[in-house]
Parts: sequence; C-alpha cells; structure tokens
Amino acid sequence: MRARSPGAVGGAGRRLRRLAALAAALSLTATGCYRGAGGSGDGGPHTLNVLMVNNPQMVDLQRLTAEHFTKETGIRVHFTVLPEDDLRDKMSQDFSSQAGQYDVASLSNYETPIYARNGWLAPLGQLAARDRTFDQKDILAPVRSSLTAADGEVYAEPFYGESSFLMYRKDLLKAAGLTMPARPTWTQVAALAAKLDGIRKGLKGICLRGQPGWGQLAAPLTTVVNTFGGTWFDKDWKAGVDSPEFARAVRFYVDLVRAHGEPGAPQAGYTECLNAMQQGKVAMWYDATAGAGSLESADSPVAGTIGYAPAPVERTRSAGWLYTWAWGIQKASTHQGAAWQFVRWASGKGYERLVGRELGWSRVPGGKRASTYRDPAYRTAAGAFAAATERAITSARPDDPGVQPRPAPGIQFVGIPEFSDLGTTVSQEISSAIAGKQSVADALRTGQRLAREVSDAYTAH
Amino acid sequence: MRTPRTERAANWARRAPLLPALVFLIAVTQLPFVATVVISFLRWNALAPDHRGFAALDNYRAVVTDPALRSSIATTVLLTVSVVLTSLLLGLGLALLLDRRFIGRGVVRTLLITPFLVVPVAAALLWKHALYNASYGLLNGVLTWVWRLFGAGDPPQPDWMTNSPLAAVALSLVWQWTPFMMLILLAGLQSRPADAVEAARMDGASAFGIFRHLTLPHLRRYLELAALLGTVYIVQNFDAVFTITSGGLGTANLPYTIYQTFYQAHDYGRASAQGVVVVLCSLLVANFALRTVSSLLREEITR
Repeated sequence: MRARSPGAVGGAGRRLRRLAALAAALSLTATGCYRGAGGSGDGGPHTLNVLMVNNPQMVDLQRLTAEHFTKETGIRVHFTVLPEDDLRDKMSQDFSSQAGQYDVASLSNYETPIYARNGWLAPLGQLAARDRTFDQKDILAPVRSSLTAADGEVYAEPFYGESSFLMYRKDLLKAAGLTMPARPTWTQVAALAAKLDGIRKGLKGICLRGQPGWGQLAAPLTTVVNTFGGTWFDKDWKAGVDSPEFARAVRFYVDLVRAHGEPGAPQAGYTECLNAMQQGKVAMWYDATAGAGSLESADSPVAGTIGYAPAPVERTRSAGWLYTWAWGIQKASTHQGAAWQFVRWASGKGYERLVGRELGWSRVPGGKRASTYRDPAYRTAAGAFAAATERAITSARPDDPGVQPRPAPGIQFVGIPEFSDLGTTVSQEISSAIAGKQSVADALRTGQRLAREVSDAYTAH
Repeated sequence: MRTPRTERAANWARRAPLLPALVFLIAVTQLPFVATVVISFLRWNALAPDHRGFAALDNYRAVVTDPALRSSIATTVLLTVSVVLTSLLLGLGLALLLDRRFIGRGVVRTLLITPFLVVPVAAALLWKHALYNASYGLLNGVLTWVWRLFGAGDPPQPDWMTNSPLAAVALSLVWQWTPFMMLILLAGLQSRPADAVEAARMDGASAFGIFRHLTLPHLRRYLELAALLGTVYIVQNFDAVFTITSGGLGTANLPYTIYQTFYQAHDYGRASAQGVVVVLCSLLVANFALRTVSSLLREEITR
C-alpha cells in the first residue's frame, strides 16, 4: 500500500494545511520576526516553489534552471506551469491567504499593483538597489513604473515586456505606390487599408483582433479608445463607455474591420492574425510587438518584407500598449533570500546572454532592459524590429495613456480586479457587432450598463 | 431457526466489506458538492479578500436575474439536443452500414472511431483553424478548388464561424460524438437474434419492414442509452465553445458561463451558486430521462 499524502482526500487536507500556514504566517508577521532578505528561510535544503505561466519564454527558463541556476547557487527550483487563467486563479488563492505555498510567481503588470495594494507581495526596491550587478536602472522606465505600486515601491522585476505597433508589408505598399507615414494616424491607416484591400486576389487591408476576451479584442480596441479621447472610467469612476469619444473609437474599429479587415474577424485573435499576415492574406497588422519575432523568423514566408510603424494615434502622442510578465515574491514566503536570488538571475542581463548562447538570440526574453538593445548579437538577430520595439515600449505611458486623468493605471486595460470580467463581457458584445449581429450602439449600451455596475462599487466606497 | 440478531449480523457481514468503498464514494463525490453549496452562500471574490463574508441569498438572486445565464441555459439545451440527435442519426446510419460484411471492414471501423479518440481541445483547434478559417481553412480552400475546376474565378468564401456560430460549434461536436453513438448502436446490432431476421426474410418481409419491426424495437434501449450518455457528456462540453468562438455571438453555454464567472470575474460565490443551480436543473432533467430509460434497467434486471 502506498502512503497517502495528507491532501489526497479532496481539498480538506489542503485547506487544513493552508489554514495552518496562514496561522503560522500571521504569527510570524505579528511578531515581526519573519526573515527579510539575506536570511535563507528555514535553513533546510534550498528549494524554491515557482508558479508561472506556460509561455514559451518560461518553458525555456525551466529548461535552463537546473543546469545553470541550481549549479551556481545550490538552490533547487520546483516549477508549477499553468495556462494564464489557471495561473491567475491559483495565484490569487495562494497569495490572498498568504499560504506561502509558492515563493515566486509570474505576474503581469495588470496584477502587480493590485496584489501590492492587498499587501501580498514583498517589496523589491531595497534588494534591487543594493544589488550592483542587477542594475535596476537598466530596466526600461515604463516597464519599471508599471510594476511600481501606488506607494512608489517596486514589487516585481520584469522577465520580458512588449508593446504594440503597426506591422505592414513594405513590398505591397511600394507596389501600390503608397507610403507609410513615420507616425501614422488611424485615419491615414484606414485610408491605406482601403487602398490596399484587394490589390491582389484574396488580400485584405488590415488584420485587427475581433475575438472576445479582455486579453484579445479588448486590448487593441482600448488603445484605439485612448487615442480617440475616450476612457472606460474618468478619474471619479464615472463610466464612459457611452461617451461620444468611446463610441466614435469603437465605431471606427468595427467599421474598419468589417470593411477592410480579415475574414472571420469575430473569431480572430493574435494567432489568427499572425497566420493571416504570414500567409500574405493581409497587408497590415496592428498588434503586439512580439508578433514581429514570428514574422521575421527563418521559416516565415514574409520575413524581410515587413516594415514597422508606431501604434497609430489620433489625439495622443503615442498609443502603444504595455504588457510585461514579471516575477513577484510572496510576502509570506519563508525563503525571501533564495527567492531574490532566483528573481535577479531570471530578470538579469546574464540570463538574456545565456539564452542567446544556448537557444538562439531570437528567443531572448527582451523588451525590458535598455542594454538588450545595445547588445550587438541581439541587434543582428532582431535587427528588423529591435529599434521599433524599444521605441514602442519606451514611449508607452501606463499612468497617462489618454487625454484625461485616470483612476487606475493601465493602457490596454484598467488596473482594477473587475476589468478582466468587464473587458471580456463588453468585448463579446463588440465582437458580435463586428459579426453584424447587433449594432455598435446596442453593444455600447450593454457595455455602459456593465461598466456602471463596476463604477458603482467604487463610488460607493 | 435464525434469530433476528444473527440475521442482522449476517447482513452486516455482507455489507461490511462494501463500507470502505461507500465512504470513499461519498467523500470524493458528495463532499466537494457540499463545499460548493457552502461557498455559494458566501460573498467571496478572490481579488477582494477584505470583503469576504456571508451573503445569504445574494448570489442566487444574482444568478436568477442574470440575463447572460438565462441565455446560456437556452444555448446549452439547443446545443445538446441538436448534437445528440444529429450524431445519433449519423451513428445509426454508420452502424447499419458497418453491420454488413465487406472487405476492409476492420479498417473502416477503426477510421470511423478515430474522431472520438482525438483530445477535445485539439479537435476544436483543428476545426477552428484547419477547416472553418475563412482565409486559410480547408472548407473555403475546397470551394476555391471546385470553382477553379470549372474555370470560375470568384468562389464564395463564407465566414462559417460568424454566419452560424452555434452550428459551427455543434458540427465539430457531432464529428466527435458520432463514433461514440455508432459504437453503442453497433454493439446493439451485433446482439440482434439472427434467426428472427432470417425467418422474416423467408416470409418475404422487405428490408425496410425488417428494420422497422425487428431492428428498431431491438435497438430502442441502445438508442436510449446512447442518447442519455451523450447528453450527460455534451451538456458539460467546454472545449469547443472556449476554443472556436470564445463564448461570443451567443454561443456561451453553461460550463463556459461558469468558467467566466470563476476565472474572469474571480467571483467564487456566484460561480458556486451558478453551479448549484445547474446541478439542480440537471437533476430534474436526469430524473425524467432516467424514468424513460428505466424500462431498460428493469429489463436488464429481469433477464
């Protein structure tokens, strides 16, 4: 008979353990004697539990950890790798109870300020400042500020970052006798899309996401809303989905996709647009800077034909979004010292060089450090889009993305816990407007009702 | 002469070995449900840890008045009924064909079963990208090819998932579940008494007459069983809706709606309440269904 772990019968054992851990954590914080940096936890064998999202860059990290990080430091790392939704769920459960099951977790800049406000994360500013080789100043300013909470303290260190820009087929524009402005407006882009539409059989003007989801359609759409002068909420939490600016932006987006966008737009997300662009079915694509790496990869049929322009604007100076996956340390973790060791290794300059050497420069988790873009090897590998990516990230302004002050940080999202649901449900309505199943006005009416439900909770406080 | 006491002891001696299994069954099936019921009465949003508390019936009120949930109930019923009936009919047709002897029958049977063995989320991805996609999918590629065959230059390129989103989801499920129905019905056909069919044929019954008066009555209980099992599985289907349409265009079924409440809204209380409501509705429906199929169970016992 095998020995059963205490948690084998349902969640009861786990809950007990979590309660016990919670009690322990509480007693530790209450007496103020839990170890800060430098202490190596319980002095037992060095092991860390890391919870992270299942993106390819993380999977690379998992491969390199044992033979490099563990070899150098003697710290063993247990990874739990989950899809984004499951990760958020598990992370919020573990961090909200401060059970300390995971020492380090991958957070995006959406969760970091929220988690920090709830007091779930250990502040990293002091540690990073004292760590000479880590070079905190090297981290790109917008990325750094998006991981800084309202109290001015840094709570996570970035692993890689991205913004959004406009990718377009230089050869097709040239053949049609068109030029892309250095800093295009959405009006110009719509005109270009109309002209490029159909110049070759089966070619559409532009690919824009239409698949519902706060991380799918809601992301590029919100950047368009920002630059048209709209906002989900004004600084007093008044919902603005029914404002004329918001409506104009959504109508523009929906009309553009319906007239000159990719076929099957209501189900097209990042992946579908990437495919359409690679197969030469669309002439332009406004999306994440990460898409450029795939378009320029060795096996891409359109490699070398792509030009990059900043995210189109209307009323703002820049419009590109900012997203980053970063490492946060749970406040209740009893291995703070070892956890920082891991974070400084994974977010450090050395790790980027290691990936470049071992796996190739195209797989470097870039978009976070200025030094990455000065590295000759990286610039050779990512020459086509390196400068454009760096420009896009450094011009992102997560604290002031529109034309009016905002109540919460975030460019393509609103940095409040309710946004994941709000963005998803409203984007379902707008996706159905793209499909022609309802009018934009109807979609926005529903959207305003949902946004008001959220703002009511904030104005009531 | 057995006293009641020895009788009771004998009864317990029979039951005792089964007790651990019973306890285990209750622990793994009923306790989580009890926990769900408890959570459904709590105000518990994962991202607002300070607001946790007792919510009384607030979650249930929110669930009952939620238009999204109401429409997802309708979607679930429509999706389930259409998929079960279509795959049942297709499965019956295929089972009747496979019941005959022909060269390569084993190979054909294996090929027909394959869709059922594909991982559901992989099947959904296959349909979304390889088949339905309007710009690089197989369906529109075939249209282009056929049109070109006849020298026409401008083939229609319908956008399948947008024009009929629910039908697109249903079709991918039919493709997955037809083999399952076929297997059950094939087993039923193979257990048909051959001599009765033979006798009917000697008496000059037509093929359709044999099917109508011999095969169909014999298959009835297999049809009921296949429909019941299929319904249980397809009501719970999540992968196809999640992958093909992301719940957009009115395709959000109950599992997807609950998923959205749990993972996007992080509202554990309301998600649990939704789950409890769904279980209660399912119990009602299952009761009727089981009563219909109970003839099947009774016959099995009297055999």
